[in-house]
Amino acid sequence: MVYFVQQLVNGLTLGSIYGMIAIGYTMVYGIIGMINFAHGDIFMLGSFAALIVFLILTTLFAGIPVVLALLVMMIVAMLLAGLWNWTIERIAYRPLRGSFRLAPLITAIGMSIALSNFIQVVQGPRNKPIPPLINSNYQVLGISISLKQIVIIVVTAVLLTIFWYIVNKTPLGRAQRATEQDRKMAALLGIDVDRTISITFIMGAALAAVAGTMYLMYYGVSVFTDGFIPGVKAFTAAVLGGIGSLPGAVLGGILIGLIESLWSAYFSIAYKDVATFVILAVVLIFKPTGILGRPEVEKV
Amino acid sequence: MVTGTATTMSKDPILKVEHLSMRFGGLMAINDFSFEATRGEITALIGPNGAGKTTVFNCITGFYKPTMGMITMRQKSGQEFLLERLPDFEITKRAKVARTFQNIRLFSGLTVLENLLVAQHNALMRASGYTILGLLGFPAYKKASLASIELAKYWLDKASLTDRADDPAGDLPYGAQRRLEIARAMCTEPELLCLDEPAAGLNPRESLALNTLLRDIRTDTGTSILLIEHDMSVVMEISDHVVVLEYGQKISDGNPQFVQNDPKVIAAYLGVEDDEVDEVIAEVEEVAATVGHGTGHTGERP
Repeated sequence: MVYFVQQLVNGLTLGSIYGMIAIGYTMVYGIIGMINFAHGDIFMLGSFAALIVFLILTTLFAGIPVVLALLVMMIVAMLLAGLWNWTIERIAYRPLRGSFRLAPLITAIGMSIALSNFIQVVQGPRNKPIPPLINSNYQVLGISISLKQIVIIVVTAVLLTIFWYIVNKTPLGRAQRATEQDRKMAALLGIDVDRTISITFIMGAALAAVAGTMYLMYYGVSVFTDGFIPGVKAFTAAVLGGIGSLPGAVLGGILIGLIESLWSAYFSIAYKDVATFVILAVVLIFKPTGILGRPEVEKV
Repeated sequence: MVTGTATTMSKDPILKVEHLSMRFGGLMAINDFSFEATRGEITALIGPNGAGKTTVFNCITGFYKPTMGMITMRQKSGQEFLLERLPDFEITKRAKVARTFQNIRLFSGLTVLENLLVAQHNALMRASGYTILGLLGFPAYKKASLASIELAKYWLDKASLTDRADDPAGDLPYGAQRRLEIARAMCTEPELLCLDEPAAGLNPRESLALNTLLRDIRTDTGTSILLIEHDMSVVMEISDHVVVLEYGQKISDGNPQFVQNDPKVIAAYLGVEDDEVDEVIAEVEEVAATVGHGTGHTGERP
C-alpha cells in the first residue's frame, strides 16, 4: 500500500509536468486547429534557458537563495520560450494560415527538428547536468516525498489556477475562446485575431518553460533530445484528455504520469512508453474525442 | 450611450460606396455600384436572390477586397475611413462598423452575457493593461469591467434576453439568437450597423419585435442602419431609404414608396422578359400619373 501511494506521488509529479506541456498543445490546437510539433522543443529550450540562467546565477552570485534562483530561472525561461514560440508562429505558421491543413503541420515538424538541432549545435550533444537544487526529503506515513516533488506540484497548481482565471475570466481569455469558435466573427467584433493567436502561443510556451525548469530541477540534466519524448507524451496527454479542452490536458497529463510510474513500479520499466501509448490507443478506439473532449456535432 | 439626433433629410452621408465592383473569376458579382447611406437613417438594400447584396456587405465589412471602387465611412467626428483598405478587425475597432450575418454566427459555447462582453474586447483590453494590470486588480480595470456589464445589461434588456444572460448562446431559440446577434453588434458601439437579413426565418411576432428593436436602435443611439432584407413588410415599414440591386447593378434608389412603384423594380421582382420591360414601365407610369405618387428620385445623384 505504501509502495502504491509512493508511486502515486511520483506519478502525480511527472503528470504535472506533462500536464503543463499538454496545455500548450491543446490551446494551440483549439485556437487554430494545428498541432504545434515544435512545442516539445520549446519545452526543451525552456529547460536549457533555465540551466544557463542557473549557471550564470551561481557564478555571479555564489550562495544565492535557492528560491530566488528558481524564480529567476523560471521567469527568464518563460520570457525566452515565449519569444521563441512567438517567432516560430510569426515566421513559420502565420504565413501558412489559410493554406491546406497539412502545410503548417509539416513546417511544425521542421521547426521541431530545427530547434533541437540548433540546441545540439550550440550546447553540444551531451547531457548537461546541474547540481541538485533542493535536497530535503520528508517522510509522511512511510512515504518519502521530496521537496522537489512538492515544489513541482505546488507550482503547477498555482500556475494552472492563474491560467484558468485568465482563460475564463479575463477579456483576453474571452477573446481566445471567441477566436477558437469563429475566427472571422471575432475579427468582425474588433478582436485582433492574429495578436490573440500570438498571445496563445506565448502563453503555451511560458507554461512549457516552467515545465522545462521543473524537469531540469527534478532530473538534474538537460539534453537536446529532451523535447521529443516528453513532447510526444504531453501530446498524448492532450489527446487522451480530449484535445482542445484545458482541464482535459491536465487530466490527461496526470493520467499519463500515473500510468507511467505505476507500470514501471509493477511491471517492466522498459515498456513504460508502450503501456502509455497502448492506453492511448484503447481510449481513442472507444472514445475518439478523448476523455473530456466535446464531440464535434454538426448541426443540420 | 450616445443619444441620437432626430432624423433629418440633410445630406450627411455616413457611408459612401462609389463605383464598387467585385469580380469572382469570370463573374461580375457587383458592377459599378454606387450609393450613399445617410446618417441616422435606416437604409435597406434589396433585390432578387443572387443580386449581390451580401457581396456588397462583404466588401463593406472587409470579408472581400473589392476589385474596384471606394467605400468611405464618415464618422460623426468627421474622420473618414476607406474601408476597403482596413484589415478586418479595424473596421469594427476604428471605423465603427458592425455587422450580422444571414446565418447566425454567435459564439454558441459562450454565454449570452459573454457574447456581449466579447464585443467590448478592445475597451476592456485597454483598461486591463492587456490583462497584466487586470490580473493585479487595478481599479481602472474593475471600473471598465463594470461599465461593460452595464452596457451589456442595457442591450440584454432591449433584446429582452435578460433572464437568459447566463445560458450558453447556442441554447437560445432562433428568434432570440437573432436579437442577441444584433445586441452583440451594438455592444461594439458602432456608428453604422449592417444587418444581413435580420428577419429571415422569424415568425410574425418575432418579426414585429425585431422592427421595434431596430427602430429603438435608430432613435435611442442614433446609429445608422444598413439592412439587407427580403421581408418587404419589414423593409417598407422601417426603412427611410431603399436601394435596389439586380445582377450586381443598381436599378433603383429612393424612398420606399418610390421604389415600390418603380417599374424596373417590379419587373425585376416579377421576372419580366427584357423586351416586356418597356411595356411594364409604360403601364406603371400611367398608373403613377393618375395616382400622383411621391417625390422619389432616380438612381443618379447630383
